[in-house]
Parts: sequence; structure tokens; C-alpha cells
Amino acid sequence: MEKVTQLLGEVNVEEHKQEKNYKNLLGKFGSLFALIILMIVLTFLSDKFLTVTNLMNIARQSTINALLALGMLLPILTAGIDLSVGSILAVSIMVMGVVSVTMGMHPILGILVCLLVGAGFGLLNGVLLTKLRLPHPFISTLGTMNIARGLALIITGAAPIAGFPYMIQYFGSEYVGPIPVSFVVVLVIYFIFHIFLTRSQTGRYIYAIGGNKEAARLSGINVDRVLIIVYTLSGLMAGLAGLMMVGRVNSAFPLAGSGYELDAIAAVIIGGASFFGGVGTVWGTLVGVLIIAVLRNGLNLLNVSADLQMAVIGVVIIVAVFVDVLRQRRSKASS
Amino acid sequence: MTKPLLEVKEIYKSFANNHVLKGVNFNVLPGEVHVLLGENGAGKSTLIKILTGAYSMDKGTIHWEGQAVKIHTPIEAMELGIATIYQELNVIKELTVYENIFLGREVKNSKMGLLNRKQMIEKAQDLLIRLGQNPKLATVPLGQLGLGQQQLVEIAKALILEAKLIIMDEPTSCLSGREVEQLYKIVDQLREEGISIIFISHRLEEIQRLGDRITILRDGYSVETLPVSETKPDEWIELMVGRSLEEKFPKKQFERGDVGFSLKGFTVEASHAPIDLDVHYGEIVGLSGLVGAGRTELARAIFGADKRAGGKIVIDGKEVKITNPRQAIDAGIAFITEDRKSEGLLLDLPLDINVCLANMKKFAGRTKLLNLNKMKEQAKRYVKEMQIRPNNIELNARNFSGGNQQKVVIAKWLCTNAKVFIFDEPTRGIDVGAKVEVYRLMNKLVEEGKIVIMISSDLPEILGMCDRVIVMNTGRITADLPIAQATQEQVMKAATIGL
Repeated sequence: MEKVTQLLGEVNVEEHKQEKNYKNLLGKFGSLFALIILMIVLTFLSDKFLTVTNLMNIARQSTINALLALGMLLPILTAGIDLSVGSILAVSIMVMGVVSVTMGMHPILGILVCLLVGAGFGLLNGVLLTKLRLPHPFISTLGTMNIARGLALIITGAAPIAGFPYMIQYFGSEYVGPIPVSFVVVLVIYFIFHIFLTRSQTGRYIYAIGGNKEAARLSGINVDRVLIIVYTLSGLMAGLAGLMMVGRVNSAFPLAGSGYELDAIAAVIIGGASFFGGVGTVWGTLVGVLIIAVLRNGLNLLNVSADLQMAVIGVVIIVAVFVDVLRQRRSKASS
Repeated sequence: MTKPLLEVKEIYKSFANNHVLKGVNFNVLPGEVHVLLGENGAGKSTLIKILTGAYSMDKGTIHWEGQAVKIHTPIEAMELGIATIYQELNVIKELTVYENIFLGREVKNSKMGLLNRKQMIEKAQDLLIRLGQNPKLATVPLGQLGLGQQQLVEIAKALILEAKLIIMDEPTSCLSGREVEQLYKIVDQLREEGISIIFISHRLEEIQRLGDRITILRDGYSVETLPVSETKPDEWIELMVGRSLEEKFPKKQFERGDVGFSLKGFTVEASHAPIDLDVHYGEIVGLSGLVGAGRTELARAIFGADKRAGGKIVIDGKEVKITNPRQAIDAGIAFITEDRKSEGLLLDLPLDINVCLANMKKFAGRTKLLNLNKMKEQAKRYVKEMQIRPNNIELNARNFSGGNQQKVVIAKWLCTNAKVFIFDEPTRGIDVGAKVEVYRLMNKLVEEGKIVIMISSDLPEILGMCDRVIVMNTGRITADLPIAQATQEQVMKAATIGL
């Protein structure tokens, strides 16, 4: 009798496993399917869509949001948020403009300063959150969002800076064959982040903190340190996104990146990350970024007005999250 | 024979391929305390959720006062007169007691439609008197009350509904001794008033004290319904686990060795008297006391989870510096927290990271990258050794039953190679079979030369498993009794002295 129940138990576990795998598959690749379907539909609707030029265009247009969203993924994985990335982007490129254009220093120094300013503001976010114990990153990053934007405007008295040296413009404007350099940078950085999040201690701790902060702390994880790293990396990505932007438009202006944080959040969420932390992947985020970029591009090709585009993207965010809610409800009910 | 108030026949329920209920039958008589007993995963929670309309059943019938009924929503259950008091109380701490009692069914003035506070407060006061409480509590914010009184507010909510059946899901699991006594009295009183109660509990003494009849569930079946007074707990357990348990407490004796762990002049809060404590190898030391006696606070301070006011921690004769959990873990301390869901587990992450979390560096290779296969292997090994079910490390911790979750938490600490194990209420809310496994594990730890300290509010467990009982009371130690001299009365006396 005992043996029979044991056997039955094992069979059940097997079935459970298979179903789980099937669900995991949908969960993991659900947004990828959506992207593919979207691309197929657009291919039929417009003969300009599926061309090398247009696809590379999409790749180039998506790079800034790709970097911001990748940075944003980290705070969201810890059940936090970073509202300041758009403003950090602006202040980083303004400082870079002053260093490399106004002061005429070496472009490499300019690039370094740009990244450092970004990382520095991220560090500030992390410190405000963990050392001053502000109750939620929504508040600390809302503060730095305004501080950074204010500084970006103050630096040149709101004037834009143009005429960056070629080396700085290179990343945002050049191509390797048909592929934009900026997109290559994105893929490399995404790969590094993928390894970081899945294979490093700190990376796994980020998920653990998002899953259960107190359990993580009581397991000996230095939660403050991890959070500071998370926000610093988010700021660093904002600085890097700024570098790409300067290459693309050949100028730095203090209102650059306004509202970009919201696109980044949208991409992360469409890409399957949970706002409650602990769930989300680098590749999901990339798919989220591409869905937004393809959608924008497609709607442009179809001559849909920018205003309507905004509304469509709003609908996509809601549908994407709703599908996720449905999926989770089902998997919870079955457990 | 009286007609049953509630009669449940052949209830089936599955989720996808998971058959949770496979034919449950039982009935509840008016004015009866009917106990449901079963291991974690036997289907109790699902059954309750069907009775309260949170889930719909696949097959079966429910008769209420002789009429066949279908319960689709929690509101329909309430309208029939079924109220439920969950383990996690459904109260709003910011609102006052009377506001909580009347939440969702506020009394309004007939003319203006505004709230009739006076009438609500008066009714709340009547209810509080009926429950043996001070009527003045009606206007106190609920958050200022203890857990026991908060629970009474839930009972008051049920009484306002004129519930005929109150379902209580492990109502005493979070209460202190005195609060438990108070609840028992109220249960007796409700029974006399003719209200039926479905009482879910793992505590056998309490079932004997309160229950009229007991229905035992196993693997989704109702095995049998028995009169409590004419049967013995051993019979219930046998029916529940499908085999006989040789012993409830498989205590093993080991030779007492040297002192391995001590506290010297240890103060959690500056206002408390300093604590001195020596724990020897080969013994299990039990920390007993009422809820709020400062046991968990002491453990947290030792572990560096909270700051301490002063004092030294000594392991193997050497003082160790501990100001945060990392240092505690590095010093060889493991702390199995009381609340595994909020402090122990990453519920929405799979077992491998849960098991390896406290000692991740063990899995980092020369390149500093984690060896994911090694982590999975480790998790698989513990799943096998500790018989964690289901044996699938890809599942998230949430999908395991309480007893198996507790094993996962313990596995996490075994993975750190700790030397000192502090267990805080290690068997709370887990079934008898899993309890015995936890006890066996403690034996094994002692045998392997570890220091084991167990905080527990379950006195039989302390008396059954420990070699020495330390009693705490308002932050200090009021008794240190070798097990041979420890009796229930003595421990309770030390726990309540001066209160």
C-alpha cells in the first residue's frame, strides 16, 4: 500500500513538472511571441517594415531605452524604482559637454566623466535610500530626478552644447557594416548584465532581496550594499545612454531624456518583470524594449500620429501586465 | 438525534492535475466543536476555502440546515451564517475596535445615511461584555491590543453576523498561554449558546480539551469521524499519518560535554538585567516562556539581527564579535526564524537559491562566478536527505507545505556549516509527522557535535526534547531547570512570576 502511494506521488510530481515547464515556457517567452507576432503583422501591413535599413533603424532607435531599461531592471528586481534616470542622463551629458567641448579636454576624459556623473548620481540614490533610510526609492529618486534636472539646466544656463569630438560621437552614430555600433554596445552590455544577474553572488542577492528583504538580511546578505550597487549601476546605465544620445543628435541639451524613465519602466514591465520584485530577466527586458521600438516604428510607417502612438503604447503596457496577472493567477490556483 | 447544521458529502476538488480533495464527508451538529485534523497538505485549507466560498468544488454536496446549498462567494457563506477566523487575522489595525467589528456592515442613521456611531459603539460594548472583555475597548485603536484580543474582535465580527458556524483555523498558534485559556473559555461559551465551531488545530491537548468530535483527513480523504472523549490522540495520529508513530518525541540522550556557547552579561535592552548562559555540547537547551518574554528578541540580538545593549558572545571559549547577521553566520551561528514565510524563505524563487542563500560564496568558483550546477546538486542532496516533498528543486518555495518549507529553511542553515543552531518555534504550524522529523534532525545535530538551542511555546515539546529548560520572563531568566526537575507547573510559575 505504502509503495503504491509512493508511486502515485512520483507520477504526480512528474506531471506537475511537465505542466510547470510548459507554463515556464509561456512565461519566459510570452513577450517574445508577442514581438514575433507583431513583426509578422507589420510585415504584411507595410512593405517597408522588413528591410535591413528599417530593422537597423529600429535597433538604433531602441538603444537609449535599452540601456535605461536595463539599468531600471535592477531597482525593479529589488521591488524598487528609479525615477531619476532621464534626468541623470541629461546632467551626465551636460557635464561631458562642458569637459570635452567648452573646456576642450580629451574625449576619453569626457566619456569617463559622463559615466562617472551617472554612476555618482546613482550612488547618491542608493545612499539616500539605505543610509538616510528614506521610506521608498520612489521618494529618493523623485528627489534626485529634480536635483539632476536642475543641475543640468544650471550648468550652461539652459543652453545646449554642440560640436562634440568624433570619438564621443562614434558610439551613437557609426556602424559596423550595417549594424549600429550603439546596438553592438547594447548587446555586449546586456550579455554582461545577464552573467552578472544569473551567475554572480551579488546578482543572485538582487533577486533574493526582491523576493524577501528580511529573509535575505537574516541570511547574512548586506542588503544596503547590494541596493547601493543596484542604484549605482542604474545611474551608470543612464550615463551610458547619454553617451549614445549625444552621438545620435550631436549635441547635449539640458531637457534631454525628459520622461524617458517611464519608457524604461514600461519596457521592463512588458518584458515580464514583476513590480513586486524578485522576478525579471535581462532578455525579457530587451524584448520589452524591442516591442516598444517596433511598435513605434510600425505605427510611424503606417502614418499613425505620435499622439495616437502614445495611447497605443499605453494599451500595450496594460495588456502585457494583465496577461501576466492572468498567468500568475492560474499558476497560483494550481499550486 | 439532532439534525446536522452542516453536512458535507463526497467533496472533490482538483487544481489542474493536482487532486487535493478526493471525497470528503463530515457533518457538524448545532452547538458542537468539530475538530479537523490532518497533516499539512491533507486538504484542510482547501476544504475550508470551499465552505467559505473562496473556491468552488468540482463534485459533492453541501447541506445547510437540511437544505442543499451552493456557496459561490464569501458573501454567500456569510449570509448563510458561516464565519471564518483565519490564522492571519483580517483586521485593520488603524481603525478602532468597533469600526473593525462593523466594517462593511456599518449602522447608518435612517434619515441622513450617515454613520450611527453611538449605536455601533453600544452594540460593540455589549459584544465585548459578552466575550468577557472591558467594554471600554470599543473605541480603542485595534493596533494597541494584543493578538489575543484582536482575535476576539474577529469573533465579535462573526457574532454581529449572527453566525451559526464559526470556522477557526489554528486560532491558538500565535497566542500566549493566558490568551489561549481565554479563547478556550470563549469557545466553551459559544458552544453553550448553540453556535457550532469547526476547529482546526495540530495541538492534541487542546483538541482533547475542546473538541466534541474529530474528523481526520488524509491525502484528500476524510478517513473517519470519532468522538473525542472516547478515543485517544494516538489513534488520531495513526489515522492521520496512515501508520503508527513510535514516539511523539524521539529524544536521544548524549553525554554532556564542555561548554560550547555562552552569553556573558548579555543585555538586549539597556533596562534589562544582564543574561548569563552556558550551553554545553551534547544537550538541547529549551527556552520557554510566554509570548513577549523576550526570547525571540534575545535570539535576534545574538544573531546580530537587532542591536544589543551590551555583553559578550563566546563560542568555544573565544569571544566572537557580532554586530550583523553576516558576522553571526561567519562565526558559525544559524538562526531558524520563527516566521518562515516572512523571514526565512524567498517564496517566489526556486529551492536551489533558497537552500544556498546563506552561504553563496561556497558556490563561487575561481572566476567569482557561481557554479549553478553545484547549487542545484546541493539542493537536490538536501531534498533527498531530508525527504522534502515534492522532490523538485525547480519549484518555488511557495508551492511546498508548511512542514516541507521548514525543512528547506533548515537545509539553508545546514548549508552554512554552522556550529550553533538556534531554532525559534521550529514546529509551529507543521504536522505531527514533520515535527518528528525536525526533532530527529535536532538529535542528529547534537550527535554531530553542534550546539542546539530551541525556543518554543509548546511546553510538551520543550519537556519532551530538551535536556535543560531556561525560562524567560520580561527579558530575564527566571529559571534554569534540568529536565528531570522541570514540570509543567514549575515552568509556568517561572514564566508568570511577578507578572
